[in-house]
Parts: sequence; C-alpha cells; structure tokens
Amino acid sequence: MKPAPFRYVRASSLDHALSLKAEYGDEARFLAGGQSLIPSMNFRLARPSVLIDINGLSELASIGRSERQVRLGALTRYAALERDGDFLSACPLFADALPHIAHPQIRNRGTIGGNLSHADPASELPAVSLALKARMKLRSVRGERELEASDFFVGLLTTDLQDDEMLAEIAIPLPSGPTGGCFMEVARRQGDFALAGVAAIVSLDAEGSCTDVRLTCCGVGDTPVDVSATAVSLIGTRCSAHAIDAVRAEVQRTISPAGNVHASADYQRHVAGVLAARALRTAYERARNGN
Amino acid sequence: MATERHDVELSVNGVAYRRSVEARMLLSDFLRHELHLAGTHVGCEHGVCGACTVLLDGAAVRSCLMFAVQTDGCAVSTIEGLASSDGELSPIQTAMHEHHGLQCGYCTPGILMTMTAFLRDKPDPTEQEVREALSGNLCRCTGYQNIVDAMMAAARAIRAAAP
Repeated sequence: MKPAPFRYVRASSLDHALSLKAEYGDEARFLAGGQSLIPSMNFRLARPSVLIDINGLSELASIGRSERQVRLGALTRYAALERDGDFLSACPLFADALPHIAHPQIRNRGTIGGNLSHADPASELPAVSLALKARMKLRSVRGERELEASDFFVGLLTTDLQDDEMLAEIAIPLPSGPTGGCFMEVARRQGDFALAGVAAIVSLDAEGSCTDVRLTCCGVGDTPVDVSATAVSLIGTRCSAHAIDAVRAEVQRTISPAGNVHASADYQRHVAGVLAARALRTAYERARNGN
Repeated sequence: MATERHDVELSVNGVAYRRSVEARMLLSDFLRHELHLAGTHVGCEHGVCGACTVLLDGAAVRSCLMFAVQTDGCAVSTIEGLASSDGELSPIQTAMHEHHGLQCGYCTPGILMTMTAFLRDKPDPTEQEVREALSGNLCRCTGYQNIVDAMMAAARAIRAAAP
C-alpha cells in the first residue's frame, strides 16, 4: 500500500507544467487533488514515473462568470465550488451534485479538472457537465483546443486528452430563458459511488411550454450517458406526469448498464428510470418557479 | 530509479519541522515515522476509512492521499495538538469521553480532527448534518450513536463558551 518511486516536480507556471508533460508524455501524470490518483498509486494500479504537481498554479483555480457562461479553472476544488453561492445559483445542478461526491475530506482536496480527466463513469460531474454541454479547454505546448463534453469522454476512464495535454478550464454555458436543473442519485451509503444517477435540465418558453430537455446518466455505462433523445416527446408540452412516465420507460429501454456487485443490471435500469422521472419533474418545477 | 529527496518545511501543531523526504512518502507515514506523531492512525490507505484525517491549513484532509512533499510551507494539525498544553481536553474530546464515543479508539483521531473542523465552521449543526459530516469516517465499534450524541453535546459546549 505504498506508491512506487517516482520523480516529483513542482510546476512553477502553467507553461512549465505543459513543457514537462510534453517532455515525459504518458510517463507523467499531473498531480491536482490526487484523490483518485493517489489511491491508484497506493495500490500500484498507477505507476507514473513523473508527477507534475500543479497545486501551486493559482491561475488554474479561478471561478469566472460572464453573462453567457461560467468558466471554472481545472484546479478549482469541490469545496470552493460548494462555498461559492454565486456559482451555485448560476449552476444549480452543481448544488445538487456536489454533496454526493465522496466525503468532506475528499471535497477539500479534489478538483473539477481532476474529476473530469479521470472520467469515472460512476462519478457525478461527468454526467453533469455532459447535461450542461460544458466545453473543455485543453492546453498543451502545441496550443489550445476546445471540446464539447460529448466529445471529451470517449470510454471507461478515458478522455480525448492526448499525452501532452491538460484539461485547463471548463466553460459552462448559461441558459437564456427559464430553466431548471436537478441531479439525483442512489448510492448504498452517503458518499459511495452511485448505483445510478441522473442529471436533468428543462427549459421553458414564456408560456411555460418545454423548449428543450437535457437528460444524462452516471453509473450505467462506460462513460456518462446522454439519454436526452428519450425526452424529446416533452418538448412543446407542459411535462405532464403521464408524459414524464413515458420518458421513464424510454430511459429504461435505452440504457444498458452492466450491473455490479451491489446492483444487478435490471436494478440499475429501474433506478435510473425512476430517478429520471423524479429529476425531470423537479427540474420542470424549478424552471416554472424560477429557481 | 535513484531516490530523489526533497526538503520539506512545515509546522505541525505549531511546531516547525524540517525534513528531507522521498517524494513517495505519504503525509500519514511522514507524521508517524519521521515526526513520531503516531496519534494519526492509518487504516485503509486509499481514502475510505478516514482514520488518518488531519487538518491542512485548517481543512480536514486524508493524510494517506497526500504526499509529505506537498505540505512544504503548510500548517498541519493532528490529534496531538487538540488538548491544551496543560492537558485540558478540547470540548470535542471531553464530549467523546463523557458520551462513551469510542470503544477500540482506532478511528477516534480521524473523527476528532474531522469534527474539529466541522464544528468550527458549523457550531449549530442538526443531527443529520453531524451524521453527514461523519460519513467519511468509519467506526466499526460504536454504531455511531454515541459519537453523534457527543458531537451534539460538544456543539452545545462550544456555543456556550463562545463570547
């Protein structure tokens, strides 16, 4: 239960961190919060030769907001997000999701960039960022590129990040009209990984009719799963209980969870559908009530 | 691989230390084996049990999920620093004693450090909030009820003592 030896380098700037990553490639890992990386290293499931410590790079730890989007530096810790009332009111899905992430001690260290780069399919924030259509800004010595969340998560614990790249910033577009969001999950205990979780976003027009729905799941596939297509029948309606129940059934038909030691695939499918219905109902009510 | 060593200067419970460490040394092992502060317990070493919780610049963290080299320039607080120098227990320690909040005591240092930070930030918690705050610390003896009782009592004592 001790990590294998590695070379430790404290990055003095973002450029320094990126040039080290370009030099060492997949031999090196960035050390951000370390709350997934260090357990893997303790088990020796991960044995990076080089750790590039980016914790001193305060330019990566900012929360910025304009009229149209919120920009989160990759090093922003969960606890900083939880404490930022302006951010939570701009992105209420996070207010629902953050308390589900592990425990307070983990949230004091873990970062949003580390979470998304780790791409655990049972984790909350990949599903939340996919629902929000967050844009990932990737940096390397070669320059910068932006990816939609849907293109960022490519497989189990796998993203589109190349060996010399860092996820540097996450941009979350803000809605223009009445919109409500809701995240729910079922886990065996507070802080455990979700057996299934759902993020829902419902947008309304001035008359209260649904104009757009986003619906994503965590814990039911190799990546966060976008099931928004199961909810298009809600568009143009007032999201009746009957219409939402049809979406529940469609979600259960669409997803194909693998099952695990704590839950059969059937149970995960059942839970995801029920949560989808509840989250859609709550998101719709929040959109209608303007919160 | 040649063993590189790194100089670390930090304070633990207000005492300044300077040591040279291997990069892979966990903060938990550093506290126990280098500084001989063995009150910080090591349970699972992958961030699940919470026994190794310490305060890093005031925030509760798992010391098994940090490297000692990362704490250069930081202030760490451990269980050894909770009681005052004349041995008077902190309100949380007193409450754990009075409410029989421990049996084997292995998880206790982590629970005390977690709850020291929690009650500092939230001196008037609900029982549910206390239970959520405790969710990252496993105790296999008590069933938690006595710990929860102790924390509610400690919160009352802290509020009563506040100016």
